[in-house]
Amino acid sequence: MENWKIFAKGLILENPILVLALSLCPAIAVTSSVMTAITMGLTVTYVITLNNVVVSLIKNFVNPKVRVPIYITSIATIVTIAVLVLKAYAPSLYKELGIYLELVVVFAIILARAEVFASKNSVGRSFLDGFGMGCGFLGAMVIIGAIREVLGNGTFLGFSVFGQAYDPALIMILPPGGFILIGYLVALFKMINDSREKRQRIRGESA
Amino acid sequence: MKEYLLLFASTVLVNNFILSRFLGLCIFFGVSKNVNAAAGMGIAVTGVMTLTSMCVWAVYNLILVPLNLTFISLVIIVLFMAIFVQLLEMIIRKFAPALYQMWGIYLLIVATNCVILGVPLINIEANYSFAFSTVHAFGAGVGFALALVLMASLREKIRFADVPKPLEGLGIAFILAGCLSLAFFGFSGMISI
Repeated sequence: MENWKIFAKGLILENPILVLALSLCPAIAVTSSVMTAITMGLTVTYVITLNNVVVSLIKNFVNPKVRVPIYITSIATIVTIAVLVLKAYAPSLYKELGIYLELVVVFAIILARAEVFASKNSVGRSFLDGFGMGCGFLGAMVIIGAIREVLGNGTFLGFSVFGQAYDPALIMILPPGGFILIGYLVALFKMINDSREKRQRIRGESA
Repeated sequence: MKEYLLLFASTVLVNNFILSRFLGLCIFFGVSKNVNAAAGMGIAVTGVMTLTSMCVWAVYNLILVPLNLTFISLVIIVLFMAIFVQLLEMIIRKFAPALYQMWGIYLLIVATNCVILGVPLINIEANYSFAFSTVHAFGAGVGFALALVLMASLREKIRFADVPKPLEGLGIAFILAGCLSLAFFGFSGMISI
């Protein structure tokens, strides 16, 4: 039960993009199609999970004064692996993600989880935390990507949704559409979390 | 000379790093609550970005390329930048305490940020010369500062507006950024390099 809580809090309650508002750059930059959004989400999930495990393993040997450079080196190594793999096996996706793939190194969410959670918890718990945060990130990316691709291009994963008659709203694929859509999604998540809190308070009072 | 000016103008207005390339959004939403802080941050980012991109150019082209180590360039560049910014902070604290009082807090936030890492990486990818990449980094910094200050003044104004409750804070900030980005879209196609 407790393990499930560690995993699940990344999904909605502390969703990295829509609630914590960390690592926003990729959320707009690579979500103009579902495919790039999924690739980016999977890469981040892999990096954050592995990095949490590494940080948790070495937490007793790291001098707190130099911890940030050490964490960054670990993240950069893990990201380099992902970059080389994608370059070799999916060159067209690599090209589309471009510089944002390398910038995974400095995504605030990865360093934040290492600092806040993995450096204080056991390996198993850190793994769950990283995996949950990664899944929350992936979920948010896919939601944003799907809405933008369907409305802005009339397709989902490249397949036509509305048929020929649909006149795509180009703005959704362009930068301004991304900003505005995320604004509304942030508000939606805030509403969900608020009403959940209210429910819990009522339940607490009656019990 | 002409192409330097064009590059500068295009990075400030057309390819603005915040509004059309989405780098540095964490700072953009985090520090844009009042104009003074935004201006301080803008200056700090411009300075650090120009300096680091000069150094990274030298490290990449004079050390990594001759040694054939470009495949781990990411690790080395990131580590180098973390150390460099830390060093810069110490130097400023020692020799210009007044400056440190004003900008010191921003320096560490700047150290691990996507826009600071992104610009040198774009320079490397595009194979810019030393002078060209310096101008590019400076332009990126100025564009960043411009967007940040504009956003901060908008957010100061909107504080008195009646915003629907769930949209308060971050939500409305995103929608503002969307409008700002739409306005900057007017520049696109003006300059092409």
